Amino acid sequence: MTRQFKILYKTSIILIAVIATLLIGSVILVTIDADVFRTYLVILTEPLKNKIQLTEVIIRSIPLSVIALGITVAYRSGIINIGAEGQMAIGILTSTAAALAFYNVPRPLNIIIIVVCGAIGGGIWGFIPGILKAKLKVSELLSTVMLNYIAAQFYTFFLRGPMIDPAELTLGSGTPQSMRLEKTVWLDRLIRGTRLHTGIFLVFVLAIFIYILLWKTSFGYKLRAAGASEKAAKYGGIKVAFFVTVSMVISGAFAGIAGSVEILGVHHRAIEGITSGYGFSGLVVALFGGLHPAGIIPASFLFGLLLVGADMTQRIVGVPANMVQVLEGIIILVIVAAQQVLNDKYLMDKIWKKFHAEEAK
Amino acid sequence: MDFIVNILALGIPFSVALLLASIGEMFNQRSGIFNLGCEGIMAMGAFIGMLIPYSVGQGGATAEIYNFLGIIAGALVGALLGLVFGVVVITFKAKQGIAGIGMQLFCVGAAGTLFRHFVGGTQSIPGIGKFYIPLLSKIPILGQIFFSHNILVYIAFLFVPLSVYILFKTPWGLRVRAVGTYPRAADSLGINVNRVRFQALAVGGALAGLAGAYLSLCQAKMFSDEMIAGRGFIAVALVYFGHWDPIKIMWGALLFSLAQSFQLAVQGQGINFPYEFAVMLPYVLVILTLAFSRDKKKQEPAALGIAFDREKRT
Repeated sequence: MTRQFKILYKTSIILIAVIATLLIGSVILVTIDADVFRTYLVILTEPLKNKIQLTEVIIRSIPLSVIALGITVAYRSGIINIGAEGQMAIGILTSTAAALAFYNVPRPLNIIIIVVCGAIGGGIWGFIPGILKAKLKVSELLSTVMLNYIAAQFYTFFLRGPMIDPAELTLGSGTPQSMRLEKTVWLDRLIRGTRLHTGIFLVFVLAIFIYILLWKTSFGYKLRAAGASEKAAKYGGIKVAFFVTVSMVISGAFAGIAGSVEILGVHHRAIEGITSGYGFSGLVVALFGGLHPAGIIPASFLFGLLLVGADMTQRIVGVPANMVQVLEGIIILVIVAAQQVLNDKYLMDKIWKKFHAEEAK
Repeated sequence: MDFIVNILALGIPFSVALLLASIGEMFNQRSGIFNLGCEGIMAMGAFIGMLIPYSVGQGGATAEIYNFLGIIAGALVGALLGLVFGVVVITFKAKQGIAGIGMQLFCVGAAGTLFRHFVGGTQSIPGIGKFYIPLLSKIPILGQIFFSHNILVYIAFLFVPLSVYILFKTPWGLRVRAVGTYPRAADSLGINVNRVRFQALAVGGALAGLAGAYLSLCQAKMFSDEMIAGRGFIAVALVYFGHWDPIKIMWGALLFSLAQSFQLAVQGQGINFPYEFAVMLPYVLVILTLAFSRDKKKQEPAALGIAFDREKRT
């Protein structure tokens, strides 16, 4: 088998996967009488057409990539963390609480405190499924989903009760939101007239951190070994339970950080609906990015594009924004199916032999 | 007394969606497939279930017929989606946990998209009313608790003995258990492992779709994006809780629905307790039961989550 054949084989499978994704998506689009080609065109190109939309794409991709980096750590240790949404919500709560409590701390220190508090909140929410998995073998798929629902209730409880903006009570409108944070902790805007904030630099710092942690330290090696083969790792003396728990804490902490960056950079207060959909989208970004920081950053841009584009399809081609969820689902299904085909050496061999036999004739 | 009767009388219909979905999931898992897409399949079942009476047959004498057509269509869509999931995890041998999440996202998204196109906003439908069993429903207390529900409730509870019978007394049930426990042995006896798994997925999907249609047609009498509210995931958890046994699963479903109706009843009494904590109760309960119900003799199907490959040595 030649090297060229292998590359050809892999690229053609990836191509087939992309085409399959678009085709399955178009089944839904055809059902709702939408113009298939124009819908895809709008989703993928419309947000790039002006400066504000483009920066909105980048703003969306910041929390997506931070969450995806965290999910990568968990995934590499053998845990599928679908609880990022809940971890992000708790992170927002703790960082908002910190921001409101330490309002007179000098700026750089204060921002650090707020982000660390967000990380702690998210980390605690990640620790619960981690320890349950490690000690009691509770499926993390179920526990993280349940914790999402619980976190969502905590979130509304705090925003309606203890943390509600006093102004909302005096005005009587009762919108569930916290007080606005002091201007001293807002992240700087990079481009005048847009919402693009300095949180983007944090993405690169965290991406490098994850790369070094996972691939350049013995800690990361053990963590990945625990995920690659639990039995082999145990035989090699690696405490799998420890790495499972720690990786979930890191994963949750990253989701928490994503939440506090959203607060400091974009919303400046905790409001409802900040976290919606980021958990599952983050998972898709992590998978699409090949569970590697170098892939996650471009992948997060692509999915930021998808999220912003989907908001525009309703207005331009009459396709509901829920379509983005459909596409994300299909992308997961196609990726996991294609991975098996890509790794199937026997299938590759079979196809190689078939082509070879034809050449011999 | 009325308080307790109310809780019980509400709890039984609440348990139906959980019961149907988790019996379906039990068939999936007994055959060796872990289907986390249950939540999504329920959403699609709920949407299709309400779409048919909403779009073709509202009002008039034939309304009931369309309601039941909706229920059947919900089950059929569920079966179809189960087979789609089968293509991914059986034919392509994809990892089941993550594929289930993909399935869930796809179905919930598709239900939302189609709903906005075909229905638009929140629309309530007449739905299926209660069916009072003659004579029995007149018994004081017991009549209200057990015999005054809509007809699907009775059918759902009939599924419990039926699934026990199918699983343990019929050849097909034996095949399902065989391919979920030791697929190689089943294969060597001439059972087509993947075909049986596809069949089990179709049955499981149909039951999940039925559960969804029950929610939209009988319980909520409308459709919304968040109406499943994690019931699909709770159903999966119930299968673990019930140790893959239909009767234990039924007790689990009743426990959860009683917790829910208790919460509603407490609110109705005007007891000052934060609403949000009441809502999170069932989810907390799931985590606790998963954490503490794992005894050592649990009979998890041995091949659960492992794709079958004839050419592979094990």
